[in-house]
Amino acid sequence: MNFDREFFNLGYLDRLSYKDTIIHNIDARVKVIGAIAYIIAVLSFPKYAVIPLIPFFSFQIFSIIIGEIPISFIIKRIFVVSPFILFIAIFNPFFDRNTAFYLFNIPISYGILSFFSILIKFVLTVSIIIILISTTSFSGLCYAMRCFKVPEIFVNQLLFMYRYIFVLAEEAMRMVRAKELRSFNKKGLELKFYVKLAGNLLIRSLNRAERIYYAMLSRGYNGNMPYNKRKKLGFPDLLFILIILIMIYFFRFLEPVNSMGRFILRLIR
Amino acid sequence: MHMADALISPAVGVGFWALSLGGIAYSAKKLKDNIEEKMIPIMGILGAFVFAAQMINFTIPATGSSGHLGGGMLLSIILGPYAGFVVMASILTVQALFFADGGLLALGCNIWNLGFYTSFIAYPLIYKPLIKHNKFVFLATLISAVIGLQLGAFSVVLQTYFSGISELPFKTFLLLMQPIHLLIGIVEGVVTYGIVKYVTMSKPEILEHSLGNYSGKVDGTFIKKIVIGFLILTIITGGILSWFASSNPDGLEWSIEKVYGKPELPEKEHTLTNILKSVQEKISIFPDYTFKKDESKDAEAGEEKYPNIDLGTTLSGVFGAFIVLSLTFLTGFILKTIKKKRPS
Repeated sequence: MNFDREFFNLGYLDRLSYKDTIIHNIDARVKVIGAIAYIIAVLSFPKYAVIPLIPFFSFQIFSIIIGEIPISFIIKRIFVVSPFILFIAIFNPFFDRNTAFYLFNIPISYGILSFFSILIKFVLTVSIIIILISTTSFSGLCYAMRCFKVPEIFVNQLLFMYRYIFVLAEEAMRMVRAKELRSFNKKGLELKFYVKLAGNLLIRSLNRAERIYYAMLSRGYNGNMPYNKRKKLGFPDLLFILIILIMIYFFRFLEPVNSMGRFILRLIR
Repeated sequence: MHMADALISPAVGVGFWALSLGGIAYSAKKLKDNIEEKMIPIMGILGAFVFAAQMINFTIPATGSSGHLGGGMLLSIILGPYAGFVVMASILTVQALFFADGGLLALGCNIWNLGFYTSFIAYPLIYKPLIKHNKFVFLATLISAVIGLQLGAFSVVLQTYFSGISELPFKTFLLLMQPIHLLIGIVEGVVTYGIVKYVTMSKPEILEHSLGNYSGKVDGTFIKKIVIGFLILTIITGGILSWFASSNPDGLEWSIEKVYGKPELPEKEHTLTNILKSVQEKISIFPDYTFKKDESKDAEAGEEKYPNIDLGTTLSGVFGAFIVLSLTFLTGFILKTIKKKRPS
């Protein structure tokens, strides 16, 4: 069932993020900056670029190995979110049919090039986000957001929301199970049942919010969320971001594929 | 309909990041001024609720497919526009991070598409006025859900088009997106109405003293600021992007070119289309988005590769934007006067 899978994924990612590896221990702020720089660098390639994108996979390979992230999980995730992008990218070969070059006498059109370019960019950007989240705890991310001056209310209720997604999802799961157990062979959830189920969940959630609020009040809540003191970036953090940025620069502007290819050809000669 | 990173250009991504962050900062400021600390837990829990409700799929009647709740309209109704927008933004953030739905750079676009239009256009301009006397509640929910999603879908198309990564022609993409999201919008409206009605019927006090009531007002200056911002953005984009727009033929012209070997349809004399065409030529100030000029000059310009910066094209882009904006302004003005005349 769809529900169980999504719920499982959420918990799984959360557990992944509490491992203890070099990448997990690097400051969240540094990793967020690195990921954003990476994504912008990848997306800033021209639309027909395919080959120069390939070296960017090295970041994924590196962090999958060091960060102990199961690769099958990442691949599954990419497949789940791919339909929309495939639906849009698939039109490129049809609308852009000028031949770019011949590969073993088979004409390769610009449309096919841009199709593959979109797909590679998609895989690169999606997987780097999964890697970021599975090596960084959510509270760490929220802390990073606070440091980047994202409004406090937003961050606070984001933390709240994340904490209660698990609780409410479990509650929803129980309700769906109960309904399924009583509806015998009927598949799917009809609209009128769904509305009642969701309405009920909403009532329970609001009641719960009320209780939580009173519980917080009685523990001294006054509208501010206490945070840890600002941590300073250590030497490993700075080294990490320096390496990442240099690598991104190298892959983006110096296009190592071409020069490497030329170098190897020269060696063969 | 989450926008993906791979489909947008960095410029579009960063631009919409700025817009969405501006929206969040403004809403946060508004919330801080007006609202007690009770809001934060409630907002967080409602966000988690929408998340949980999205995980449950239901079957859509008569189609055999299944759908799930979007939640933007529901949040606006319960929490009011500002808190609704902030919560929607955080839901999208978690979706982008944990489900890789959308992307990090596209997050700004997604917050804008799925949060802004429902919270700041559909809710204050359609839902609120319609439910004033507690009538038309179903209609109000339905229409505002549909309009919010239509605007969102339209802006997905615009973002894709301006990013220039997909080759899908503007019109084709628009024709694909809008009808699909009409259906989704209707389902969303029906479900949202159903949930709100169920809650108000079985536990009316819950929605009474939760928040929508005192945070429900959107003050006019915010809308004004947004409109002015949009005006500036539209003129800038209209100006810059028309350099690119005019030099590659759009989809329809392209397919005609494939069939007939030249970009215009072969014309027979004295037909209705011909007459219409000549009329159209006389009426339109900017045929093909550029000022009329010598054919010989045109042929020379055709040799260049695409970013051919051309004063005529730029000017016509700016003018086009201006005309579109004045039309929208005019419609808005007419609607406003109609509303005023009717005693409320």
